[in-house]
Amino acid sequence: MNVGKRSRVNSLLFHALSMLLGFFMIYPLLWTLASSFKDNSTIFTNAYSLIPEQWGIIDNYVSGWNGIGGVPFGTFILNSFIVASIGTVGGVVCSLMAAYAFARVKFRLSGFWFMCVMITLMIPNQVMIVPQYILFKKLHLIDTLTALIMPWFFGSAFFIFLMVQFIRGLPIDLDEAAKIDGCSKFGVFYRITIPLVSPAIVTSTIFSFYWIWQDFFQPLIFMSDTTKFTVSLALNLFLDPNSYSNYGGMFAMSVVSLIPVILVFLFFQKYLVEGIATSGIKG
Amino acid sequence: MKTILMKPMLKRSRKENENLVGYTLLAPWLIGFLVIFVVPMAASLYYSFTNYNMLRAPRFVGLDNYVRMFTQDDSFWISLRVTFFYVLVMVPLRLAFALFIAMLLNTRRKFLGLYRTFYYIPSIVGGSVAVSIVWKQIFGNDGVAMSLLAAIGIEQRLSFIGNPDTAIWTIILLGVWQFGSSMLIFLAGLKQIPSSLYESALIDGANAWSRFWRITIPMLTPVIFFNLILQIINGFRVFTEGFIITDGGPLDSTLFYVLNLYRRAFTYFEMGYSSAMAWALVAIIAFFTLILFKTQSSWVHYESKEGGR
Repeated sequence: MNVGKRSRVNSLLFHALSMLLGFFMIYPLLWTLASSFKDNSTIFTNAYSLIPEQWGIIDNYVSGWNGIGGVPFGTFILNSFIVASIGTVGGVVCSLMAAYAFARVKFRLSGFWFMCVMITLMIPNQVMIVPQYILFKKLHLIDTLTALIMPWFFGSAFFIFLMVQFIRGLPIDLDEAAKIDGCSKFGVFYRITIPLVSPAIVTSTIFSFYWIWQDFFQPLIFMSDTTKFTVSLALNLFLDPNSYSNYGGMFAMSVVSLIPVILVFLFFQKYLVEGIATSGIKG
Repeated sequence: MKTILMKPMLKRSRKENENLVGYTLLAPWLIGFLVIFVVPMAASLYYSFTNYNMLRAPRFVGLDNYVRMFTQDDSFWISLRVTFFYVLVMVPLRLAFALFIAMLLNTRRKFLGLYRTFYYIPSIVGGSVAVSIVWKQIFGNDGVAMSLLAAIGIEQRLSFIGNPDTAIWTIILLGVWQFGSSMLIFLAGLKQIPSSLYESALIDGANAWSRFWRITIPMLTPVIFFNLILQIINGFRVFTEGFIITDGGPLDSTLFYVLNLYRRAFTYFEMGYSSAMAWALVAIIAFFTLILFKTQSSWVHYESKEGGR
């Protein structure tokens, strides 16, 4: 009896604390949403409040969507989508091919190349940005989406590492059986490995999309033409001290920029959680 | 006779075949590696010994950039100090918090999935410009923090972002707020600790404190080690937060290393000098990684390899 009561109190305490922490974790996002609903002039009166005193949803979303400097916000979203989708498809496919080679093919110098992969993991891309900028400038790629896609397109160390681990965990018997049935290495890769490795492919795809969608550093350096801006760069324009401050529009478009991220999360949560737990990828 | 002759040939052709297959599959990554990584790294190393403003050809100056960096440039040391402070405070706080929450959630109760989701969401959006903008409004003038304090009767003259003593803490808070992915990694690690260890410790009369230090922590050290390396590397790359929330200020109190490097390169167009700064960053990260690997044997506990991981 006593024990049962104590565990009930414990459980109540646990849930109360968990919910309180959950509220604090989510509060900044709820506040963003609430602020995007508030009338521009009242956002910063009792700023902490989550309930708008004066509503301004339509104003905020319309003025935000009209964009900045004569460029509609839809253009920025389209640019981000193009970069994120081409960069992700290229990156995942190239990573998968390399991962299969490292995990299942015995080729010369494979150990050396794998070490190179791990080195690229350690070196922050900020180190390469100056020569990359100079290179892209010489190739006339500045202010093109190609410059933003290139660094992601050829695969990334994280995904290669993740997929190598995954493929090594698959039973080799299947490969052997397929080989006996007359499958070439490519055949095994295409027919056996790719279907089995799909969870790792999904995880990599989601993370790749996230990273490219939210990337700010590279667009900031490679882009100066507003019509080629990505969503991240466009949001930064709202903060420009020289233009008038459209806070409502800024919050509204911040919400819009987060919608794809949250949607992907809700639909693919399982893959994300597993991907992080097995590979230690940072989300 | 025929088979004897065939066999070594077959073997050789299969070997060559594997090389061909391997390099065909590796080719796209290899191209990217050369164009996006090797060539820029080599160029960067070369530029770091030159004076280059992109208008005139690079002029070789030997070690001048490095000498200037270490002896004449105060901003280099300031940004180094700011970044070290950020990494050495934020990473341990984030990991400790992640471990604490992971241990709380490592039970059998209702709604665990829901809590996990709530705690994890900040990790996926935290690096975005949108969240940095929001942070700026929360801790800036007339923001949430000031209005809350005003509501309970504390009037502040300076916002948390405007105050040089607190500005960096708002960015550290933003980092710790994203503890979710580390929490998930720790949760997975905790689930793998065999419960028999805890049971026998209980029989031996070990209390919760010593169970934590003698079982949980040692069993988690491989996970902690891996996390520590990744987070430290990531921590040194901090940029967006400093660029958007504080713009390096006030009084350079949030002038992160990469932000400093960015300004050198793309505000002042000192390409040679910023390349030297980039290589100093590589050296710093390599140094930390090396130290962690070297000390690994003294604190990271690996299970015997028999299990065949």
